[in-house]
Amino acid sequence: MKKYFVVSFDNEYDLVNATKSFKDKGFTLLDAFTPYAVHGLGKVMGLKPSRLSKICFGFAFIGLVIGLYGQYWISAVNWPINIGGKPWNSMPGFMPIAFETTVLFAGLGTVFTLLWRTGVLPGRKPKIYAPDVTDDKFVLVLTEELGSFNSEKAEEISTTHHAIEWHEKLESK
Amino acid sequence: MANHVETVREPLVHGNKNLKTVTNDVVGIMDKKPTGLWWIGFLIAASALTLGIVAVSYQIMTGIGTWGLNKTVGWAFDITNFVFWVGIGHAGTLISAILFLFRQKWRTSINRSAEAMTIFAVMCAGLFPIIHMGRPWMAYWMFPYPNARGPLWVNFRSPLAWDVFAIGTYLIISAVFWYIGMIPDLATVRDRAKTKIKKWIFGFLSFGWSGSFRTWHRYETVYGLLAGLAAPLVVSVHTIVSFDFATSAIPGWHTTTFPPYFVAGAVFSGFAMVLTLLIIARKAMRLEEYITVKHIENMTKVIILTGGIVTLSYATEFFMAWYSGNGYEQFVFLNRAMGPFAWAYWIMVGCNLLTPQFFWFKKIRTNMMMVFILSIFINIGMWFERFVIIVTSLHRDFLPSAWAMYTPSYVEIATLIGSFGLFFTLFMLFIRYLPIISIGEVKSVLQFKGRNGGGK
Repeated sequence: MKKYFVVSFDNEYDLVNATKSFKDKGFTLLDAFTPYAVHGLGKVMGLKPSRLSKICFGFAFIGLVIGLYGQYWISAVNWPINIGGKPWNSMPGFMPIAFETTVLFAGLGTVFTLLWRTGVLPGRKPKIYAPDVTDDKFVLVLTEELGSFNSEKAEEISTTHHAIEWHEKLESK
Repeated sequence: MANHVETVREPLVHGNKNLKTVTNDVVGIMDKKPTGLWWIGFLIAASALTLGIVAVSYQIMTGIGTWGLNKTVGWAFDITNFVFWVGIGHAGTLISAILFLFRQKWRTSINRSAEAMTIFAVMCAGLFPIIHMGRPWMAYWMFPYPNARGPLWVNFRSPLAWDVFAIGTYLIISAVFWYIGMIPDLATVRDRAKTKIKKWIFGFLSFGWSGSFRTWHRYETVYGLLAGLAAPLVVSVHTIVSFDFATSAIPGWHTTTFPPYFVAGAVFSGFAMVLTLLIIARKAMRLEEYITVKHIENMTKVIILTGGIVTLSYATEFFMAWYSGNGYEQFVFLNRAMGPFAWAYWIMVGCNLLTPQFFWFKKIRTNMMMVFILSIFINIGMWFERFVIIVTSLHRDFLPSAWAMYTPSYVEIATLIGSFGLFFTLFMLFIRYLPIISIGEVKSVLQFKGRNGGGK
């Protein structure tokens, strides 16, 4: 049995400050839900910088190798054709396509990794804790095992940071 | 920072908006009945598209002998249209990717529609080489795949094969960038939808987006990465298109200035087209508070800059023709300015050199009607630039006995009109059925102050 404490704000500053307070008082943050990417919230929540840039580099490298080696293998190994007396391995002429495959692999690879990793996929149903997070509400969700949750403290912090609404929710695992 | 002066900046969005009104305004467009102006625009566009479909069907069934080409002028209208449309697309990526990397916050109200324009323009561009093949049902032969003809692979040393990869990658990456940027807004539409069918459609399209900040956090990283990838990509695309000409041994084409010249020209023409479209869209959709006069002004300034680069390129070409001492090269340029296609050349010079100069005046930059008219002149000028480069370089070649003239046939003109029809039909449907303004990004630049002055 898990307990969720869902608290809504109507602007980003209250959300960020409340997040800071909850974090300082030792509450466990499940997630925040916001209508746009709030600047600086990641730092307050203690999120690490995403590793997706490394993934992007990896895909770019794969694209580059496929682009270069693919053209070399096709033009110089598999079926060499004499076109205007140019060398089988026309490496400078292979650069434009190698660049395009690099960008294509990097872009698609990063996006698919993002979608797969965050579970934002076609046919998925969104998990909504409070209404209007895609409109004008900023929602913070705290979680704790039932029994250890200090509801009074959480309500007190919510009030100091001008929360407009809060409620508790129980969910069995 | 002793001398720091607090300046009051003009807000990026007018009308004292808050988060709720932004949602209501942008999503509201999709609920309301379209304006009369929208219907007029849509019907004109759809009629042009119908004409284009008839023309393309006819020329595919009959063959490209229906065009005005001859043995000397083997590339003309079709390739002009291709280069024109690819160029139009470039402004969208410039606004969405390069201005993002430079942290230009004003791009937030216009990036969605500019990106949509890119995708539609690249689709129009892609049609022309495919029609030019004569047997478009064999278009898949352009891709290197194991086949039973040898295997006979494509020739990777040819700039035309580079084009396939450049345009293909550009279309895919632009579309992905556009869609990824739209997912949060599609979720906003989903959460406001009243009817069951609308809920289902936007529920599917928004991929279950919940506004989770853990997702936003990674999403922001990926958005930056895609912008970083799209910026060099857009430069590479028109560079490769210019290689179609520059790597040949034709006087007038065989120049090393072509890549920067083409890229600047592409941005120039693209911004003119963004202006044309957005001035229509802000009027037809009543978005004057979002796409403000400031946005229009900023874009006209980009036009002054890129127009200057284009002017410099024209001068450089002439200078290099003279300085090279190459008789053929000199002839081509004299023939451009004084030969039988001089009228096209001077339309190009008039539209591309003179028109941007009007934008030095604030009175003209802030007069929407004037900007609209001038942007159309630039569109015309840039179409003629490609026509001049292609046709005048070909029609009088090394042997005077092979000289010829070129006149487009009705089929070619109908196809050009049809491509405009396709472009505007798609754009009109887009501004009606999808969030035309990036709701999330506009909200993030509202400088929204909370109750009690917020936390800061």
